[in-house]
Amino acid sequence: MARLTDANVSIAKEIIARYPRAKSALIPLLHLAQEQDGWVTDEAMRHIAELIGVTPAEVLGTGTFYEMFKFEPVGKYLINVCGTMSCALLGADELMRAAEEELGIHEGGTTDDGMFTLHRAECQAACTEAPCLQVNYRFKFRATPVEVRQLISDLRSGRLQDEIPPHGTLARVRQHIPADRGVGAVDPADVTEPPAWISAASQGGAS
Amino acid sequence: MTSFPWAPGFIEGDRPQIVTSRFQYEDSFTLERYLATGGYDGLRSALARSPQDMHEEVRSSTLLGRGGAGFPAGVKWGLTPEGVYPRYLVVNGDESEPGTYKDRLLMERDPHQLIEGCLIACYAAGLSQCFLYIRGEMALAQERVATALNDAYAAGYIGKNILGSAFSLDIVLHWGAGAYVVGEETALIESLEGNRGMPRLKPPYFPAAIGLYGQPTIVNNVETLSNLPFIASKGAAEYTAIGTESSPGTRMVAVSGHVRRPGVYEIINGTTTFRDLLYGEEFCQGIRDGNDLKAFVPGGGSAPWFLPDQLDLPFEGRLVGAAGSMLGSGAIMVMDSTTDIPSAALTLTKFYAHESCGKCVPCREGGTWLMRILDRVVEGHGTTDDLDLLLEVGESICPGDMPHAASAELQLEATPFPYKMTTICFVGPSAYVPVHSALTLFRSEFEARVAPSRSRTRIPVTAVGGDS
Amino acid sequence: MSEQSVEITVNGKTVSAKPGEMVIAAAERAGDFIPRFCYHPRMSSVGMCRQCLVEIDTGRGPMLQPSCMVPVSPGMTVDTESETTKRAQEGILELLLANHPLDCPVCDKGGECPLQDQAFSHGPGESRYIEEKRHYEKPIEISSLIMLDRERCVLCDRCTRFADEVAGDPLIHFVERGNATQVMTYPDEPFSSHFSGNTAQICPVGALTAKPYRFKARPWDLEQVNSTCTSCSVGCEISVHSSRDQVLRYQGIDNDDVNWGWLCDRGRFNFESIHAEGRVTEPLIKTADGHQATSWNAAMSITTDLLKSALESTGPSSIGVIGGARGTNEDAWAWAQLCSALGIDRRDPQLGDGLPAALLGMPRATIREMASASTVVLMAPDLKEELPVLYLRLRDAVVNGSTKIIEFTSTGSGLTRHAWRSVRHGAGDISDVVTATLADPDVQSQLSDAG
Repeated sequence: MARLTDANVSIAKEIIARYPRAKSALIPLLHLAQEQDGWVTDEAMRHIAELIGVTPAEVLGTGTFYEMFKFEPVGKYLINVCGTMSCALLGADELMRAAEEELGIHEGGTTDDGMFTLHRAECQAACTEAPCLQVNYRFKFRATPVEVRQLISDLRSGRLQDEIPPHGTLARVRQHIPADRGVGAVDPADVTEPPAWISAASQGGAS
Repeated sequence: MTSFPWAPGFIEGDRPQIVTSRFQYEDSFTLERYLATGGYDGLRSALARSPQDMHEEVRSSTLLGRGGAGFPAGVKWGLTPEGVYPRYLVVNGDESEPGTYKDRLLMERDPHQLIEGCLIACYAAGLSQCFLYIRGEMALAQERVATALNDAYAAGYIGKNILGSAFSLDIVLHWGAGAYVVGEETALIESLEGNRGMPRLKPPYFPAAIGLYGQPTIVNNVETLSNLPFIASKGAAEYTAIGTESSPGTRMVAVSGHVRRPGVYEIINGTTTFRDLLYGEEFCQGIRDGNDLKAFVPGGGSAPWFLPDQLDLPFEGRLVGAAGSMLGSGAIMVMDSTTDIPSAALTLTKFYAHESCGKCVPCREGGTWLMRILDRVVEGHGTTDDLDLLLEVGESICPGDMPHAASAELQLEATPFPYKMTTICFVGPSAYVPVHSALTLFRSEFEARVAPSRSRTRIPVTAVGGDS
Repeated sequence: MSEQSVEITVNGKTVSAKPGEMVIAAAERAGDFIPRFCYHPRMSSVGMCRQCLVEIDTGRGPMLQPSCMVPVSPGMTVDTESETTKRAQEGILELLLANHPLDCPVCDKGGECPLQDQAFSHGPGESRYIEEKRHYEKPIEISSLIMLDRERCVLCDRCTRFADEVAGDPLIHFVERGNATQVMTYPDEPFSSHFSGNTAQICPVGALTAKPYRFKARPWDLEQVNSTCTSCSVGCEISVHSSRDQVLRYQGIDNDDVNWGWLCDRGRFNFESIHAEGRVTEPLIKTADGHQATSWNAAMSITTDLLKSALESTGPSSIGVIGGARGTNEDAWAWAQLCSALGIDRRDPQLGDGLPAALLGMPRATIREMASASTVVLMAPDLKEELPVLYLRLRDAVVNGSTKIIEFTSTGSGLTRHAWRSVRHGAGDISDVVTATLADPDVQSQLSDAG
């Protein structure tokens, strides 16, 4: 299992075509694989290596550098409690404890039913709304332990199904560059002249 | 608390709004609202003049970079080598500096403004393709920007022959995947090339000369670019009329921590003081619960700490630098009298140690070593030797004098910014900065936490007597 | 000195450096060794380990800079002995030793270890690290020949850089981040590169070790003799290391004309054949009852008798001598002497190579000339398999130089991805294919661009 589906291969090829060098699509394709399976599998990495023309070792090397890529199954809902400065100053520890108690796991663990994984995360760029957390990269601001318990209960019951997709899905809107509007990737191997509007300006005798 | 429920954290005020003018609208991120409020006028204005003219306008505005380094954007565009093409624009939307919260707001609330800024930059500087790198953890920002890009393409603002001119540009949306170090411009470029996000050495890899795919590349911050529509449509003079000569325009500042009203504010650059921000009625309205101010971080987690002594400093780069710190990314984190200073320092050191890319020895080994010692100290297993050891390990990362604030109480004079570093980039030094600031300004708190040093029995190298 | 040299000052004395040379290399040639780990003269400089930081002044005051990344410039002043430099060097070494395990007594590298040597020459006397060190399962097998001990690894990037930049086999890579960074292969894809042994040689610590040598000797017990590898006709320069009359390993020698210090695994480890079972170790005479062992004297007498009788009965033209391209020049010369002494004209020095005499009469190129040619026309078996170090030299010429390859191949080769034109041919039609290719105007233009 877990090579990219045909539909995802089409998306992958569209993404690769936007970049002058195929290897640039590595991170977007890892996100695509994670969206498909909920985590990044060995087979997906091999498939990505084939699509881009690198070795699987290079895919592994790049992928493991980044926090968001998970190489083992994670829960449907990944709860990231921010533990950096402002959140720490305003009660991140209490939030983490509340989450641990409610879920019955320790920080870093996954519940037995596979629904939740709990992690401490780094600064989420919402410092004025501290303490905060993210569920599958959707925010909950100024969280209190009571609200955390409520949030977990809502997630369990499916009340937040529409708001929060399963782990792996980030933006639910993809960029599409229309074929008739797109310029195409600008490859240094093919292009060495200034772009058209610069040449036009200098030919026009501009200062 | 915040002015609009759809813009969490943002607090409006009676001040010029260059980049947050649309935050008052719930649909501020749509193309309709953007066009109804003067959107893409800046682009039209730019296209009506030569690229060199537009570049000159930005140069005269002396718009300073908002990513943390404060380098003037117009000057940066001019650093590309003559005759070398193609050139690229890479937008740094990887906001991850502790305390910083502005770029995400700009991307979620006014993505078209950012897009217009990218278009103007590429037009003026002759950049052939734009890559918009958005931090991976910002799902909503990615959705908003993707939608905005799709709408802008359909309406003819991006792509081939924009608005019927010779200007053609693709803007490619690229997702990050969670690594603070990637916010460093050369690490960002490495990440865009599909590699581990490890910074390159400068020299020789200054992006303007050798950047993405080895080509001249301009890396600009989201907020920096968001200022361009205003400058293009209203002119540099209107921009420099705000703020001061060395710090023109406005900037977005996030104040968080132990203040009554944490928030994101668009402030007048150069004149607003830290006292205004922390205590002003239009800003944070003082410390929470009537507590006293103990210390604050003036420029994001990498900045040396300030004391109440420095409250009257204005938001001006050179003055803050001389006072021993930096403005950085416009992020202020406030610690009141209830703060346990060693723990506070530890959260920041842990962050930088965890985010180390691992490429160079001092950061990879030194950052983690500092974290381990400090962890022991916070847990109560340290000695006074450990306090000196922290400074010694720090010296291996940042040799020589370390910048720090003045303190009347401790009879300390300021040591100005910047520091020297043995590392490739500033992440390693950032693991040391909180330790150094905390130890320099609050040593007594550490000493109360540790046991007196035990002298270790030293074993002489040459054995004396015995059977050998 | 020639007008090409750049005058700099190192520790107060004037040094004539080569234009474009890095400070670390110029200083070393002048006798001032700057400690280093990631720097290797035959690979790109990355400035990662920070060990080579010295104070360099180009007019704006002395600044600590990585000397492996700074090219010499006129008037530059370098101080490798200042207090600031020494403190930086000690700092880096203390930091490297922080997580490094105390394995010296059981580590192969001990005695020839740059970390040991530089810790002694440039490091602090003592480490103050009392925290828990990093732990990994140790060692692990990353290929059938190479073992990796991640606890010892100083993450200098030499092995990964070699695999990617020099060999073109990026099968080992850094994984994870920060303090948790390790060198690793992809699961189920071992480091099966023909050049893997080089990584054990260039590793500055005992992280990468070669199985055939593990636990066999200490370097101070080894006798070392320079020689030439005989596994293929490239003839890489090697150093033969032996102890108590047993050859224990080969190391590559940096010979600028031939192999640049690299060896292929087949050559590097072929010393194992010396003591292989089944190796013929005494002369054997073919008798009616099969092969019989005999003494060297007996064998020599029998050979002399056979030669004499052939010379007397049918003359020198009835004797032929067949050599091989894998023998050394010295071997070939000795045989030629014998043939001349006996009047034997029938000599074929190329067993198995089968090149026509017409080709042999054409002008030869050296490896250096090949690497600086503007075009190389390749009509050969896969160099990566047959003449591996020649593949490395040619790959370098393409990737780092301006050489273009036109290859004619029936199956594709290790150089296909670097070829400017890779032209397939079938069995028997190569001459037609070559003729057609030479008629292509682009090809003609490239070939006439004689460099």
